[in-house]
Amino acid sequence: MLTWMIFTPLIGAALILLMPKKAEAAIKWVALGATVPPLIMAFQLFGSFDRTTPDMQLVQRVAWIPAFNIEYYVGVDGISITMILLTALLSTICIVASWNIDKAVKAYFPLFLLLDTAMMGVFCALDFFLFFVFWEVMLLPMYFLIGIWGGPRREYAAIKFFLYTMVGSVLMLVAMLALYFYNDPHTFDMLELARRAPTYSDNFQRFAWIALFIGFAIKIPAFPFHTWLPDAHVEAPTAISVILAGVLLKMGAYGILRINYAILPVGTLEFAYYFLVVLGVVNIIYGALCAMAQTDYKKLIAYSSISHMGYVMFGMATFTQQGIDGAVLQMFNHGTVTAMLFLLVGVIYDRAHHREINGFGGLASIMPFYTGWTAFAFFAAMGLPGLSAFISEVLVLLGGWRYYPVLTVISAAAVVLTAGYMLWTMQRIYLGPANEKYLDLPDINMREVGMLVPLAIIVIILGVYPKPVLSLIDVSLTHLNETVLSAGQGPVASATGILSAR
Amino acid sequence: MDLANFASLSHSLPALLLAFSVVAVFLLDLVIEKKEWLGDIALLVVAAAIFLVVMQLSSETGTLFHKSIVLDEFGLYFQLLVLLSSFATIWMSLGSREVRRLNQGEYWAILLAATLGMAYMASANNLLMAYLSLEFVSLTSYVLAGYSLHSRRSGEASLKYLIYGGVASGAMIYGMSWIYGLAGSLEFHAIQQALAGLDASGQLALYVALILTVAGLGFKISAFPFHMWAPDVYQGAPVPVAAFLAVGSKTAAFALMIRFFLTALAQPGGGGTYEIVGGVRWDHLLLVLSALTMTYGNLAALNQQANVKRLLAYSGIAHAGYALMGLVVLTDDGLRAMIFYLTVYYLMNIGAFLVVMMVANSTGREDLASFRGLAWRGGALPAIAMAVFMFSLTGLPPLAGFIGKFHLFAAVVKEEFYILALIGVANSVVSLFYYAKIVRTMFLDQPEGGEGVVEVDMHNGLLLGLLTIGTIVLGLFWGPLFDFADRSARLFVG
Repeated sequence: MLTWMIFTPLIGAALILLMPKKAEAAIKWVALGATVPPLIMAFQLFGSFDRTTPDMQLVQRVAWIPAFNIEYYVGVDGISITMILLTALLSTICIVASWNIDKAVKAYFPLFLLLDTAMMGVFCALDFFLFFVFWEVMLLPMYFLIGIWGGPRREYAAIKFFLYTMVGSVLMLVAMLALYFYNDPHTFDMLELARRAPTYSDNFQRFAWIALFIGFAIKIPAFPFHTWLPDAHVEAPTAISVILAGVLLKMGAYGILRINYAILPVGTLEFAYYFLVVLGVVNIIYGALCAMAQTDYKKLIAYSSISHMGYVMFGMATFTQQGIDGAVLQMFNHGTVTAMLFLLVGVIYDRAHHREINGFGGLASIMPFYTGWTAFAFFAAMGLPGLSAFISEVLVLLGGWRYYPVLTVISAAAVVLTAGYMLWTMQRIYLGPANEKYLDLPDINMREVGMLVPLAIIVIILGVYPKPVLSLIDVSLTHLNETVLSAGQGPVASATGILSAR
Repeated sequence: MDLANFASLSHSLPALLLAFSVVAVFLLDLVIEKKEWLGDIALLVVAAAIFLVVMQLSSETGTLFHKSIVLDEFGLYFQLLVLLSSFATIWMSLGSREVRRLNQGEYWAILLAATLGMAYMASANNLLMAYLSLEFVSLTSYVLAGYSLHSRRSGEASLKYLIYGGVASGAMIYGMSWIYGLAGSLEFHAIQQALAGLDASGQLALYVALILTVAGLGFKISAFPFHMWAPDVYQGAPVPVAAFLAVGSKTAAFALMIRFFLTALAQPGGGGTYEIVGGVRWDHLLLVLSALTMTYGNLAALNQQANVKRLLAYSGIAHAGYALMGLVVLTDDGLRAMIFYLTVYYLMNIGAFLVVMMVANSTGREDLASFRGLAWRGGALPAIAMAVFMFSLTGLPPLAGFIGKFHLFAAVVKEEFYILALIGVANSVVSLFYYAKIVRTMFLDQPEGGEGVVEVDMHNGLLLGLLTIGTIVLGLFWGPLFDFADRSARLFVG
C-alpha cells in the first residue's frame, strides 16, 4: 500500500505527459485525481495503524541493488504517518490552489506530482540510500516550480534554494557513506544502523552527526542556514509556498528524528544539550523579530515559519515526553496553520497583484468573509487556546521547563512577539479606513474557501482534542526518546553532565 | 597465454578490421561520388568492430605480439567504450550541418584511424606500444581538431593542440626512457618486477620519470595543469570532434593510465587492494592531481559565460579529477567505480555535445545565448534531455551521474580519504551552479526572438533519446552494468 501511495502521483504525472497540451482542464483533473488516492490511503493508514507498538508497520522490502545491499525498503511508524497525512492533505489542497495556473500547464502539474512522490518517499523510506534519492529528487521539480512559475526574482530564489539544499545533501551523502562503511556487513538499512548504534565510536558519532545535522538544519531552516527560505517563499507561486512551508521544512526535523536521533544517539545527546536547544530558541526569537520588520506580507509569513519551527527544535532537544511529542505535533500543526496563511496571502495577491502590507488597509469592510478567515488563521498561528498550535507550543514549553527554565521563559515570551506582529499586520491590512483602490475587490470565492475548510476543521479539532495525533506519535517517540537517553550511559554523555541534569 | 605474431592476429580482428577500413575508406574516397556514403561505411565498420569485441569477451586472457598488447576484459571493456564513442561521433557527424558542409572523404578515415589508436591505448602493455598508440591518437586528433578548414578558430585550435601535445609527448617519452633505464625493460610486468628492489637514488630517478610521464598522460585526460589546450580545442573543433576528444580520447587515456600504474608500478596486494612497487608514492601525486584538477575545472567553468562547448571543456576537466579519485585509493572498488564512471560519463557528455550540435545546426551558434528559452521554442525535447545530462553531470539522483559519483565517493570514503571526499562533494556543489546556468537559460529565460527554432530530426533524435534514456535508467538500475565493470576491473598481469 505504501508503494501505491508513493507512486500514484507519479503515474498521474506520466498520464499527463501523454495528454495533449491543449487539454488544460483535463490535465488539472488528472492531477487532482492522482493526489486523492494517496489521501484516502493516508486516512486508512491513520485509522488502521496499531498505536501500541513502536515497530515499523506495512513494511515492504525488495532488493534493489544487491551488490551494494541497497533495498527498496519502506515502512511507517507514528511519526511517518503524521507527516504522510500532512503531505497527502496539502498536496491535494495545493492542486486545487494551482487551479488558476495558466502558464505551461502540461509542465507544472507533472512536476508537482513528481514532488509529491518524492515527499511521500522521504517519509516512507527506511533505506538510507532510498531516503537520499527521494530527498534529492525533490530538488529538481522544486527548482523548476519556483524558477518558472515564480515571481520576478524567481531565478535567483530557485538557484539559491537549490544550492543551499545541495550543500546539505552532499554532507549527508558523505555521512551516509561513512555510516555504510563503518558497519560490517555494510548496510543502508536505517533500523539496522540504529540497532548498531552502541558500536559507533564517540568521535565518529560527532562527525557524522554534524554532517547530517547541517543537511537537515538547512531544510528546517535553522538559523543561520535560513536565508534561502524568505527568498524561495516570496518568489514561489502560492501552492509551492504552501508545500515548502507545510511539508518540506518538516523533512528537516523528520530527518533529525529519524536519522540523527535514532542512529547517532550519543552525538545527539551531546549536541542537543548545548546546541540544538539554543538554535531552537534563537530561531523562535529571531524569526519573530524578522517577521515584525517585514513589509511584504508573504515574507512575514515566511519568517513566522522560521520562528515556529524553532519550537520544533526546542521541543526535540528537551528529551522529555511532552517536549518531543510537542515538537512532532507542532510539525503537523505548523503545516496546517501555515498552509492556511499562505493560501490567504495567495488570495489577496491574486486580486491585488502585490503583497505590500502598507498598501492595503480596511480590507475588512471590502472583503469581510476573507477577513474572517484571516483572523482565524492568525489566531491559530498566534497559538490561541482552543486552536491546535496552542497545544503543541504548550507541550514544548512544558517539556522545556524541567531542564531549561530560562530558555523556556524566553521562548514563552516570544509568544508575545508573535501576537504583536500578527495583530499589527491585522491592523495594517484589514482595519482602518478602506483603500480607495481596492473598493471593488471580490470577496473570497468558494474554491478558495474549499481549500481552507478542511485545514480549519483540523486546526479546531486538534486544538480541542489532540489525542488522535498524539496517540499516533506517542509510542514511537517514547521509544525513540528512550533509545537516545539510554545511549547516554556512555562516557561522553556522563562527562558532559547530560544525565546528571536529567 | 603469450602468443607469437601470427597466432596473435587471430585475436586482433577488431583492430585489423579498423586498420583495413582506414585504407579502404581512403581509397574509396578517390573513386566514390557521394562522400556521405563513406560515413555510412565508417559507421558499419565500427558497428562490426563492436560486435567483434563483444565476441571476444570472456575468452582467454593473455598477451599478444610478444607481450606488447594485452587481451583481457579490462582492455576489451575500454575498447568497447572507445568504439561506442566513435560510433556516436560518426552518427553525430552524419547529422551535423557543420561536418556535412566540409564534405570530405578522409574525415571518416581519420576518425577510424583515431579509433584504432584509442583501441590500442586501451590494451597497450609496454612503454613503446603505449607511446605509439598515444601518439597515433594525438596526430589524428590534431587533424580532426583543425578540420573546419575555413574557420580561423579551428586552425588555431589545431595548432595549439599540436604545440601543447608535442611538448607533453616529449616530456612523456623522456620520462618513459628513464623508466626503461631503471627497469631495463619496456614491458609493464617486467618493469614492475625490476622496480621492486629499487634503492634510494633509483627512487628519486623514478619520481622524476613518473612526473614526466604523468605530464603526457595528464595532457590526454586534460588534468590540471596540463589542461590548457582543452577549452580552445573543444571550442575550435567541430562539435562531433569535440565530443570524440572529450569522451573517446579521454577514456582511452584513462585506460592506459590505469594499466600503466596498476600493472607496471603496483602489484595486487590481496583483498582487493594494490600495493605500490618501487617505493615512489605516486598515489599521493595522483591525489593532489585529482583534487587540483576537479577544483580548477569547476572554478574555471564558473567563469564561462559565453560558449557552451568551452564550458563543457572545463566541466570535462573537473570530471577527469573526479575519475582520478578511483585510481588514488588503489583498490578494486576504486577501479571499478572509475570504469563505471567513465561509462556514465560517455552517456552524459556525448549527450550534452549532441544537444549543442542540434542547437548549432539550427542557429549556427554555440553560445549560451543561443540556448535561451530553448524549452519554449520548439526544442522542448533537447532542452529536457540537456537538463537530464546537466543534472546528471552535477551528480543528482536518480540519474546515472549520481550513481557514478556515488561509487567513486564510496570507494574514497571506504579507504577513509575523508578530505578528498569532501573536496569532491564541495566541487559537486560548485558544479551545480554552472550546470544549472544552462538549465536556467533553457527553461527560465524567455527567447528574445532571433535565436531560431531548434528542429529535432529522426537521425539526431534517435541518438539523443537513447542517451537520455540510458542516463535515466542507469540511475535506477545500474546493477548489471556495475557487475560488468566489476568483472572488467581485473587486470591481466604477466
